[in-house]
Amino acid sequence: MSVLVIAEHDETSLLPATRHTIAAARELDADVHLLLAGAGDANAAAKTEGVAKVLTANAEHYNHALPENLAPLVVELAGAYSHLLTPSTTFGKNLMPRVAALLDVAQISDAIKIVSEDTFLRPIYAGNAIATVQSSDKIKVLTVRTTAFRAVDEEGGSATVESVEAASPSDLASFIGQELSQSERPELTSAKIIVSGGRGMQSGENFKLLEAIADRLGAAIGASRAAVDAGFVPNDYQVGQTGKIVAPELYIAVGISGAIQHLAGMKDSKVIVAINKDEEAPIFQVADYGLVEDLFKALPALAEELDNVL
Amino acid sequence: MKALIAVKRVIDYNVRARVKADNTGVETANVKMSMNPFDEIAVEEAIRLKESGALDEAIVVSIGEAKCQETLRTALAMGADRAILVETEANVEPLGVAKILKALAEKEGVDLVLTGKQAIDDDSNQTGQMLAALLGWGQGTFASKLTLADGKAEVMREIDGGLQTLSLKLPAVITTDLRLNEPRYASLPNIMKAKQKPLEVLKVGDLGIDVSPRLKVLKVEEPSKREAGVKVESIAELVEKLKNEAGVLG
Repeated sequence: MSVLVIAEHDETSLLPATRHTIAAARELDADVHLLLAGAGDANAAAKTEGVAKVLTANAEHYNHALPENLAPLVVELAGAYSHLLTPSTTFGKNLMPRVAALLDVAQISDAIKIVSEDTFLRPIYAGNAIATVQSSDKIKVLTVRTTAFRAVDEEGGSATVESVEAASPSDLASFIGQELSQSERPELTSAKIIVSGGRGMQSGENFKLLEAIADRLGAAIGASRAAVDAGFVPNDYQVGQTGKIVAPELYIAVGISGAIQHLAGMKDSKVIVAINKDEEAPIFQVADYGLVEDLFKALPALAEELDNVL
Repeated sequence: MKALIAVKRVIDYNVRARVKADNTGVETANVKMSMNPFDEIAVEEAIRLKESGALDEAIVVSIGEAKCQETLRTALAMGADRAILVETEANVEPLGVAKILKALAEKEGVDLVLTGKQAIDDDSNQTGQMLAALLGWGQGTFASKLTLADGKAEVMREIDGGLQTLSLKLPAVITTDLRLNEPRYASLPNIMKAKQKPLEVLKVGDLGIDVSPRLKVLKVEEPSKREAGVKVESIAELVEKLKNEAGVLG
């Protein structure tokens, strides 16, 4: 049997999350097929390390990845596969349960380890517990936590490309528009360094102090839920249990107290730095390096010190 | 127009879950329980739709042990009209929950189902999408804005790259994200009034649906602990340590 990864892509290239998911799929010891639905570069996708076959279904109604359209296509292909996988991004979270229900199978959300072909590890309770679950379903449907699997390379593969017939479009949902954050900075979930701000930043304007640090480090900018709820920054900055899960080399938490829900999104970072004026803040319990100081003093000093050493 | 709002009773979001000593699950005895925060947002949204005249009736439903009645009373005190408890001692997986909700949505003839995008206990983020699939309805997941007009729902969704807006044919399923609204607190008079509102109790068996689990939980463990590190005295010391000790700069 083969396994099928449903690609998340931006109509030009695969998103990094897809390459992390392919890495998880490879651990199942089966041929990995990749479904590229909608506009996309199949030849580039075919070069991805570890992919044996790329299936393309190029129809306009697959653009914007509406599950009402995509799920029937995946269901039609599913019979030939033992496992279906997507990244556990908003793309995968939106699509896969719809696929699983149509197949009458359970979904394993947020897999962080493939133990065997039917047994997987997944975090529950905001990562405060790890469950080992075994599936009795014929087809296993998984979403994969991308930070738990090292991405395969963009090059090195030589997959065959095969086009499959598109399923009929659905009239249940239609795309009206989107507002995507435009940024020169690295994407949050693939950044090596993240500088993140919380309620302590006091305003969106003050995030400029974080930008000054991020500019010097080539870092992405993140935020706690409190900062997003307060309107300092847009929703796509949110790191946490229900936002983005990140695991960079270096995570600098500034003015973030460290609620359970925030820690769930960043505690697998390699090195954590906390800057907070409250020395009792829970963030210090997970920080490798903690500095108890007012962030409005610390951030300009940090920018200056980075100029000295970098 | 009628809406069904699904709510789950979970460990309160301020409580840190503890793994049981025998690794069979998480300790829930003598732990503060509350309505899943995302479901509270779904209840609030339904009440606001009622207040705006877009909705005539808000029916809340929960699936679980008898104590879920408390959760349903909370939703009634917030302003829902009536409640249904589908009582079971067993753990019902999202697919089973979706099957139960499908039966209720059809029985009640609702035009809209609202529920939280995920429950903060199992963090599955599946139920709404599965329900939409089983009903053959459109889905507006992770909603941060909802408008009903002309037999359609316009939904703004929180996605990884920013925000997306969709138009869904009604009936539809909406799952709520954090920024959709800020749930109200129930006032004391409303808490009293809620005690008089109808609350129907059904057994899973009454619905004739197979909700047996597909996943076997082999064990539940503590994650590897992260030890607290050191406090530094100055920015200069911090940068020095990041560069020379941790090796993450430059």
